[in-house]
Amino acid sequence: MKIVCALLSLVFAASLPAQVSFDRILAAGKEPQNWLTYSGSLMSQRYSTLDQIKPSNVKDLELQWVFQSRSLEKFEATALVVDGVMYTTQAPNDVVAIDALTGRVLWIYSWTPSRDARPCCGRVNRGVAILGNTIFMGTIDAHLIALDAKTGKVIWNVKVAEAKSGYAITHAPLVVKDKVIVGTAGGEYGIRGFISAFDAASGKEDWRFHTIPGPGEPGHETWAGDSWKTGGGSVWMTGSYDPALNLTYWGVGNPGPDWNGDKRAGDNLYSDSVVALDPDTGKLKWYYQFSPHDEFDFDAVQVPVLADINWKGSPRKVMMWANRNGLFYVIDRTTGQFLLGKPFVEVNWMNGFDEKGRPMRVPGKVPTPEGTLIKPGNQGGTNWYSPSFSPRTGLFYIPSWEYSSIYVKQPVEYAEGRLFAGAMPQSPVPMVRSGQINQKTDQEGYGAVRAVDPNTGDRKWEFKMADVTDSGILTTATDLLFVGGREGYFFALDAKNGNLLWKANTGGQISSGPMSYAVNGKQYIAVASGSSLFVYALRDAH
Amino acid sequence: MWTLTRACSLILIAGAMYAQHSYTPADVEDGGRLFRGNCVGCHGTEGNLVPGIDLGHGKFKRASTDEDLVNIIRSGIPGTPMPPGNYTEFQASTIVAYLRSLANTGRGSGLSGDSARGRALFAGKGACETCHRVGSEGSRVGPDLTDIGTLRKPPALEASIVNPDAEILAQNRYYRVVTKDGATVTGRLLNRDTFSVQLLDTKEQIRSFLLANVREHGFVEKSPMPSYKDKLTAQEVADVVSYLGTLKGIDSK
Repeated sequence: MKIVCALLSLVFAASLPAQVSFDRILAAGKEPQNWLTYSGSLMSQRYSTLDQIKPSNVKDLELQWVFQSRSLEKFEATALVVDGVMYTTQAPNDVVAIDALTGRVLWIYSWTPSRDARPCCGRVNRGVAILGNTIFMGTIDAHLIALDAKTGKVIWNVKVAEAKSGYAITHAPLVVKDKVIVGTAGGEYGIRGFISAFDAASGKEDWRFHTIPGPGEPGHETWAGDSWKTGGGSVWMTGSYDPALNLTYWGVGNPGPDWNGDKRAGDNLYSDSVVALDPDTGKLKWYYQFSPHDEFDFDAVQVPVLADINWKGSPRKVMMWANRNGLFYVIDRTTGQFLLGKPFVEVNWMNGFDEKGRPMRVPGKVPTPEGTLIKPGNQGGTNWYSPSFSPRTGLFYIPSWEYSSIYVKQPVEYAEGRLFAGAMPQSPVPMVRSGQINQKTDQEGYGAVRAVDPNTGDRKWEFKMADVTDSGILTTATDLLFVGGREGYFFALDAKNGNLLWKANTGGQISSGPMSYAVNGKQYIAVASGSSLFVYALRDAH
Repeated sequence: MWTLTRACSLILIAGAMYAQHSYTPADVEDGGRLFRGNCVGCHGTEGNLVPGIDLGHGKFKRASTDEDLVNIIRSGIPGTPMPPGNYTEFQASTIVAYLRSLANTGRGSGLSGDSARGRALFAGKGACETCHRVGSEGSRVGPDLTDIGTLRKPPALEASIVNPDAEILAQNRYYRVVTKDGATVTGRLLNRDTFSVQLLDTKEQIRSFLLANVREHGFVEKSPMPSYKDKLTAQEVADVVSYLGTLKGIDSK
């Protein structure tokens, strides 16, 4: 039976077109052996229909191979897999093609970023996109590079923005039709953020959407004086796309300076918002702002998770969003209408919503010279870590942090290419764990996977960890949930109830989203930890 | 006493060599052997694979005199991939002698080519794109030539066209796999280990084989490239060489 399955999958693989057309990406669910986009599909659910690994055999997972990157940076990329070839990145900006069966490297393309590059939070990269026979990578010195997927040779290389002004690209690009869409990081350097689409064949820029409206544009009035010029609004996580509505959705980062909003009075659109854009023109269709006039660094840079669900008794096209500000949201993705917002961690900066979905602020909960304790803390209730939605369980799964920060207001002046943020919040737990020893208590902070019912925002279960987690989440058609944490554990949980089914200690911080693929009919689970990529599969029967 | 005398005479010899740049043919031959055995992995057979360095044409980043070169060959360059080499000073100086001799070689036809005609021949009569790729055109099966003009000198290009078997770079050798069910696959070797081998096959597909499923495998000795000695005229070869010389890679925009 096993041999028949393997043969069938070989026949199936042979019948696939060699190139990854956009039609293939649109119908990614039909080829679950491949992982064609950063989030597994354009709906970004991180849900795999592969079903070989299941609760009854997950204890038989064993390590198949490890790719040790030649980098000591955090390994934040989610790999793509196309017909047996894996494409991932090695920090800062190498693209590596790997034989997904054996872990052998097929080719390496190495880009040496300019010394002007100044990404805020590590010389990291979160992965690549593919279209046709071309791989696309953004770089920390704000280039976008197109490579031949078979050889790693450069096809084109364009400079997207000025690295020395603080612009960088750290996320995996998103391909929509014949365009490659990227945004720029740099929200701590007083950039003016934007999202741009490039022609996949030539690298020519087709459109640019500024995340901060210029003079004369709607929303410009939400910035006092000239503050819009240096207002941040970075984009550093991959967006999503709904082909039926022809809208692409992107999360926008914090306004700058991060922790002192005195000189940018107003709501500061479209910082901390989701924007819905026409992918053909870059025109804004709608937006929803999660955190107006933010002074807590609550970037809305989470991956927009799209799903067609039963919403209070009738089908609805929604977007689900667990935000850095500690709230879980359900939004109508056709119109941008706010449907639901509810804390998934402890939140003390707001205490409800008005009828339009604007958060009602708690008086006094703002940064002050003396310091104010805010929940969640500066890293947020969650951050960029990919959540997952399982259409089978109907639950939304969030990598969560339960903790707080003390925000202190200090004056800050802009200078090109210099940090433009304010006073770094003080945290009861370290922002980034500095060592390999954890001596914190649960009262100071902890991490958890939390399962939320999108119809109510209620928590269905949680799986607690002693330390926080920067791991994304993968769910599967067998109701497995894969996730990791800073301690280095990589877990398989029962997606229905959070029960622990399997664990492995990878020995490094997991700062990436797990993914699944298959070669020759065998299912694999891949996750990056420390500076290496670990690939698991069921032990072969001998 | 004997030791001191010998050391002094070595210094004198070495000093004379540095000063006069005169090396015997045997020195050059020895140096070439050491160079091919130890240096071409990074620097290439022509000494110009490391960007910004062309060892055969006196283009160095940190050396100007022969003495500098000897020091670098023996001590390496800290903070770069250039390692220290376990050579005597005399051995290092023969490598320098060989490098200096490279500048004087050049066995080309001497014909001057027309790059526009060469481009037409490349795509047309020569059918070079059947195997080679330039930018986004042509096949990936043979070596990519997008930046060949920065990697190879005209005489080397001409030699590769008229006599492709004479020298095949390690990374361009063809590899052949025969599976246990009798299928033969050839292609460019991408990687191999004790248990598996990976190729880009002649259909430009990336293939991975577990050796447990392979009957035989190994390098193909001859180049898959035909000789153009009798297919193109000397002038046409010069035209193609001229065109290849214009291929300098893809710049950032």
